[in-house]
Amino acid sequence: MASPEDLIAPRPPRYFEARRKIFPKAVRGSYRNLKWAIMAVTLAIYYVTPWLRWDRGPYAPDQAVLVDIANRRFFMFAIEIWPHEFYYVAGLLIMAAIGLFLVTSSVGRAWCGYACPQTVWTDLFLHVERAIDGDRNAQIRLQKARLGPSKIAKRVTKHGIWLVISVLTGGAWVFYFADAPTLAREIVTGQGPYVAYATIALLTATTYVLGGLMREQFCIYACPWPRIQGAMLDEKSLLVTYKYWRGEPRTHGLKRAAPERVLSLVALAANPELAPRIGDCIDCNACVAVCPTGIDIREGSQIGCITCGLCIDACDEVMDRLDRPRRLIGYSTIADEQAAGDGKAPEHPMKRLLRPRAIAYFLIWASIGLAMLFALGTRSRLDLSVSQNRNPVYVRLSDGSIRNNFTLKVRNMQSRPREVEISIEGLPGGALWSETAARQGAERSIRLNVPADKVTKLRLFVAAPSDGPSRSDLTFRVRALDAEGGEDTHQIHFERPETGR
Amino acid sequence: MAEQRIDEKTGTRTVGHEWDGIEELDTPMPRWWLYTFYATIIFALGYVVAYPAWPLVHDATRGVLGWSSRGEYAREVAAEGVRRSAVREELARIPIERLPENSKLFEAAVAGGASAFKVHCVQCHGSGAAGSKGYPNLNDDDWLWGGDLKMLVATITNGIRQPGNDQTHMSLMPAFGRDQLLKPEEIEDIASHVRVLSAQEKPSASAQRGAALFATNCAVCHGTDAKGSRELGAPNLTDGIWLYGGDRESIVQTIANSRGGVMPAWGTRLDPVTIKMLAAYVHSLGGGEAIVPPASPTPNPAQPAPSPTEAAPAPSANGKP
Ligand code: SF4
Ligand code: SF4
Repeated sequence: MASPEDLIAPRPPRYFEARRKIFPKAVRGSYRNLKWAIMAVTLAIYYVTPWLRWDRGPYAPDQAVLVDIANRRFFMFAIEIWPHEFYYVAGLLIMAAIGLFLVTSSVGRAWCGYACPQTVWTDLFLHVERAIDGDRNAQIRLQKARLGPSKIAKRVTKHGIWLVISVLTGGAWVFYFADAPTLAREIVTGQGPYVAYATIALLTATTYVLGGLMREQFCIYACPWPRIQGAMLDEKSLLVTYKYWRGEPRTHGLKRAAPERVLSLVALAANPELAPRIGDCIDCNACVAVCPTGIDIREGSQIGCITCGLCIDACDEVMDRLDRPRRLIGYSTIADEQAAGDGKAPEHPMKRLLRPRAIAYFLIWASIGLAMLFALGTRSRLDLSVSQNRNPVYVRLSDGSIRNNFTLKVRNMQSRPREVEISIEGLPGGALWSETAARQGAERSIRLNVPADKVTKLRLFVAAPSDGPSRSDLTFRVRALDAEGGEDTHQIHFERPETGR
Repeated sequence: MAEQRIDEKTGTRTVGHEWDGIEELDTPMPRWWLYTFYATIIFALGYVVAYPAWPLVHDATRGVLGWSSRGEYAREVAAEGVRRSAVREELARIPIERLPENSKLFEAAVAGGASAFKVHCVQCHGSGAAGSKGYPNLNDDDWLWGGDLKMLVATITNGIRQPGNDQTHMSLMPAFGRDQLLKPEEIEDIASHVRVLSAQEKPSASAQRGAALFATNCAVCHGTDAKGSRELGAPNLTDGIWLYGGDRESIVQTIANSRGGVMPAWGTRLDPVTIKMLAAYVHSLGGGEAIVPPASPTPNPAQPAPSPTEAAPAPSANGKP
């Protein structure tokens, strides 16, 4: 607020705004418990996943989830993704985006409040801070205290633990990219690859800065998602709301609020003119004190609110003590709040969830998922691609016949070596031989062994009599010779000079 | 400019402009933003001092670190040279006829040869080595002087018809018309015969006369069966491949004025390893002939098996001496 002096003699302009440091207070309650549970699950998934094993036989790594950059493979339990199948990853990203639309339009910023890594790690860091510095009031006192041995000790311990958590966080990340037990040994003994240390260092720094220092500033200033969400929310999205019609006008302290308890809510809603001009909110600021982004939800829905629900727990506690109904702050839609303010009953929650918009999002989301599952279930693990070498397009051989050269790529996406047969179809009189064989043995097919989980590239020569159309159809077929079988074909052309012989 | 004042509600200064009654608050930047901004300025100043930055008339400021993109390029080229030296040494050591046994090394040689070819050979043989009239197609299986690895190395090293090189391929076809060794109608008759030999024409009286003339004038080099001689670089006249064209006019031209292509002796310009790589590349184009039966191709033993003795030349090519 501008002080009267300022209005007379304006201060010199400030060029920056210092951060208003916030000290979120510990709170207990159902949403806090939910947050604990989600934090435990997400952190467990993050730290444990790289250590799960999955037996894929002798030719493939047996780490359950592995991003094998050197060999350009992505392993996820029974699924193996090759670079040319990257559309699966694209599909997952699209599903994630539409999933966020679905969740956001229905239940608001649930992702932000509970599952976002920024929220989870910030929450973790806050708990560490409370364990060392104490709760809100102690933290404020410590902040104001002179720098002495005890303050130094506390600060060093706190930042030390933060850094340890950060190192472990960065450290866990690299295990997704290499065999975890081997890499762990190498890292500890100082023999790890340079890039592993660099990644750990970088992620340690980002975890420490984002989770320990920036915290809510990241959500408010840096994250693009709240801006997008603003466009996705509507009056029927579930948000953390302060029931202004019930809380206002606020009163200070229990004493003045208590006598009014006799008037039931129903009576209040039915005969608003009878209502005493007094609300349930006692302006205790408990909801503000616990908010991890330091906002006052009573000012209405705002960008800083990540809908973590902690203010609900805090206010519920106050309402319990006042013997008033809970959820003066609660999850609700703007439409319901307006209806309640006008004394109408809120909509049925099911009706809220099953609105056309949510159903449309869900259908899009589910059909992408089903399409991907179908593609995954029916995809071929043997793949052939052929390209013609066009410089020169054809070669005349001394016996007058015409030769074309082709480059074949056989992808064996199975994690075991296979014997395959490559044959040509069409092209009467045509015969093929590989660059390592000779022409007089040329036939209609060759066999070769393709190594496990590899692309085999080979050059093939195909010769045919010169009398024929200048461009005839030619089909290459690759067929696995083992029991499991499987095949793929590739259509291409055989080119001859226009004049024939 | 309107006067700056303090906005009563927020206690913030306004920027002092007013548009239709709307004013803008002079909200301060967040501190971290400002510091980041200052940091980028300091970084930029340091960068300008450390690296080349200001263009001058003929040059640019050098920067105290002495870095330059040319210098970096030279360093990278040198490093690449060091990286390749192992392969080059191995290539220098291995006799060319044993090269196909080492599939890795052969692959490296083919790759190296392909790029050397692009620099030294495409001017005549074309970027795909398909040649053109007078410049042989290196993809086919017809070789005037021989198409095995050893002969390819010899040909590239010593060239064709290079004066002063006693290893070079040397031969000379007489100019039967220009030097009046044969009459024009005799040349026409020989052309008829040659076209019959290569199944481009039906036998005729002219061709019959040509056959007798061929036996006395041409068989010395091209052989009585007209299948040519590699010692003399005399082409096989019975196959489907014509370096200077197989139509009547071209053949008459050839007999009348003779032909004799030249190729530089690259041994004076290229090092032996590069020549080996070029030979490997040319050999790999699909027409290369074998000196030794090819070692079983690793790791994909591609079927069908090579013939027991001579692997490469197809019967027709084999027919040449
Ligand atoms: S916690 Fe509840 S009672 Fe206390 S200030 Fe917030 S809304 Fe009002
Ligand atoms: S206002 Fe409430 S729900 Fe929103 S961020 Fe703060 S504590 Fe969480």
